[in-house]
Amino acid sequence: MSAASRGNGGGAPLLEVEELKKHYPIRKGLLSTVVGHVLAVDGISFTIGEGETLGLVGESGCGKSTAGKAILKLIEPTAGSVKVRGKRIDKLSRAEMRPYRRQLQVVFQDPYSSLNPRMTVGDIVAEPLRNYGVENGRALEDRVAALLLKVGLRQEAMRRYPHEFSGGQRQRIGIARALALQPDLIVCDEPVSALDVSVQAQVINLLMDLQKEFGLSYLFVAHDLAVVEHISHRIAVMYLGKIVELTDKRSLFATPLHPYTEALLSAVPLPDPEAKRERIILKGDVPSPINPPAGCRFHTRCPYAVARCSKEEPAMREVRPGHFVACHLREIDGAAFATAALTTEAHRTK
Amino acid sequence: MRREERFLGLKVTPLTRRRLANFRGNRRGFWSLWIFLLLFVVSLFAEFIANDKPLFVDYKGRWYFPVLVTYPETTFGGDFPTEADYRDPFVQKEIEANGWMVWPLIPFSYSTINYHLPVPAPAPPSAVDWLGTDDQGRDVLARLIYGFRISVLFGLALTVFSSIIGVAAGAVQGYFGGLTDLLFQRFIELWSNLPTLYLLIILSSIVQPNFWWLLGLMLMFSWMSLVDLVRAEFLRARNFDYVRAAKALGVSDPVIIVRHVLPNAMVSTLTFLPFILNGSITTLTSLDFLGFGLPAGSPSLGELLAEGKANLQAPWLGITAFLTLAVMLSLLIFIGEAVRDAFDPRKNVG
Repeated sequence: MSAASRGNGGGAPLLEVEELKKHYPIRKGLLSTVVGHVLAVDGISFTIGEGETLGLVGESGCGKSTAGKAILKLIEPTAGSVKVRGKRIDKLSRAEMRPYRRQLQVVFQDPYSSLNPRMTVGDIVAEPLRNYGVENGRALEDRVAALLLKVGLRQEAMRRYPHEFSGGQRQRIGIARALALQPDLIVCDEPVSALDVSVQAQVINLLMDLQKEFGLSYLFVAHDLAVVEHISHRIAVMYLGKIVELTDKRSLFATPLHPYTEALLSAVPLPDPEAKRERIILKGDVPSPINPPAGCRFHTRCPYAVARCSKEEPAMREVRPGHFVACHLREIDGAAFATAALTTEAHRTK
Repeated sequence: MRREERFLGLKVTPLTRRRLANFRGNRRGFWSLWIFLLLFVVSLFAEFIANDKPLFVDYKGRWYFPVLVTYPETTFGGDFPTEADYRDPFVQKEIEANGWMVWPLIPFSYSTINYHLPVPAPAPPSAVDWLGTDDQGRDVLARLIYGFRISVLFGLALTVFSSIIGVAAGAVQGYFGGLTDLLFQRFIELWSNLPTLYLLIILSSIVQPNFWWLLGLMLMFSWMSLVDLVRAEFLRARNFDYVRAAKALGVSDPVIIVRHVLPNAMVSTLTFLPFILNGSITTLTSLDFLGFGLPAGSPSLGELLAEGKANLQAPWLGITAFLTLAVMLSLLIFIGEAVRDAFDPRKNVG
């Protein structure tokens, strides 16, 4: 895809997700009647621009991976819309989806199960190229070799099998496969959480280098805030199938507005052993996504919850330019927020 | 670049090499395979081993190959334009007078009736009929060789066809799952409850079943044996990340099934094949024994068993059939065990 065609979206962002939902029915009894739904993803909205990385964080089971898969239509979304450069793809059939598959690629979490153990690395990386008939014969082989080189593997790797590689190397193979068709957006589904910390950094840096080189956009799903902070431009925080806060990296880490984000940030380990910090320990467990709490989903564990929180669901609101949060306590404007922050501070130190 | 090992034109991966070594490691199975192959290859040339026509005739300076070519009796100075009966003393005398001929090891075909028995049929083993004759004066050894061949060929054909259908059906069910799977499974449950034997008896009263009819009829019911196994493998594999990755690459379903899922499902399928072959042979034998199998007069182990039962005063019939079946089925079971060992991932070369 040339630079010119990248820009012709008429201002529409590369990816636009609106009110995306994925509900899994729970069936019981003789007639398998639907007795409820698992609300894995329950109405999330965000956009990703060209060359941008959006980090999607949240604890396990909050639906962040499901969201990634629903966007790629690896699972059918229940409701909502997904637009690529302004064109809706969520209702497309498999055949209609085919041209979009070239633009949207995926890197999976587990580098061991995401590569077919019976195919050589060369065949794995060549598969997308063969599938779209991009290259053939000698040219195909050169292309695969170039891709492997690009992700820091040697050309000899082509003849080997995935089991002959380490976790980090296998993840590089997965990245090479995702890169093969020169996509615009790569959904990274916890691409480093299965790797050693030292290897994590290598893979993250590789992803960032590739972004610079090809102008890629990433939807980076992860549970590790430190990793997300390093790679993302903007970050969306998910809790129980909903996005609770969405803003640029700097303001999220400097002034988290949602109590859940606050708690998450306080759990990030600091490299300084002398540093003292208030740890916010949340009470209880994540409620079940089958019967999420009424009102604000976080109110059962929120240290600042008021009566209204359990009755009324807070809407996503732009509290400051570019800073979205779904919390009743932040309904007040930016100026008032400062005092609110002070009172919560006082409340906590008490 | 590593040297690629090749065996019979196929790439030998280290895994394949380990499997071959494991197979060889099971001495009993390894020797069983060779003995069985030897017997099978010998029986494939049954016409050259047991036949009522000479292999080679030199008559008045010209060469004839009666096994391969049909010659009228007039060729050898007879009166009839029909095929020469080389067991006829007149023809024999004529050829001996004007040249010579070479007989196969056993000068009887499966349907040759020995009219020159010293005792009433069934005749006990003698220098002429090594395993005696059946109650119609036909040589038991000749019938055994032809019967072995037809049993194994029938078994192999049934195994191959029912595996192809079974694997395809299981693959479709397991890969697509959902409603496809549900309906197909219910159909199989109904279909497998049809009483096969009665159906065969009814059908054989309408048509005289020959080899292919019988194969078709048996196939209608035998294909189900592998379905559950393959279906389970596919149900498991369709959620592997590398299958998801292939879907995200826009690879079509048939290609994913054949390239990504089938190779992994084949291992468990292969270990079942010798046992299915065994079952197929046993089924044919029992049908022949009951008289609903191959048309009357065909050489078959089941018919020999039936004759043994009808002529208990001639124990060589029953004993021969029993020993042949026992040896053949045991060899196949031993081979099956060795194949299972070869594909056992936990087994190391001992």
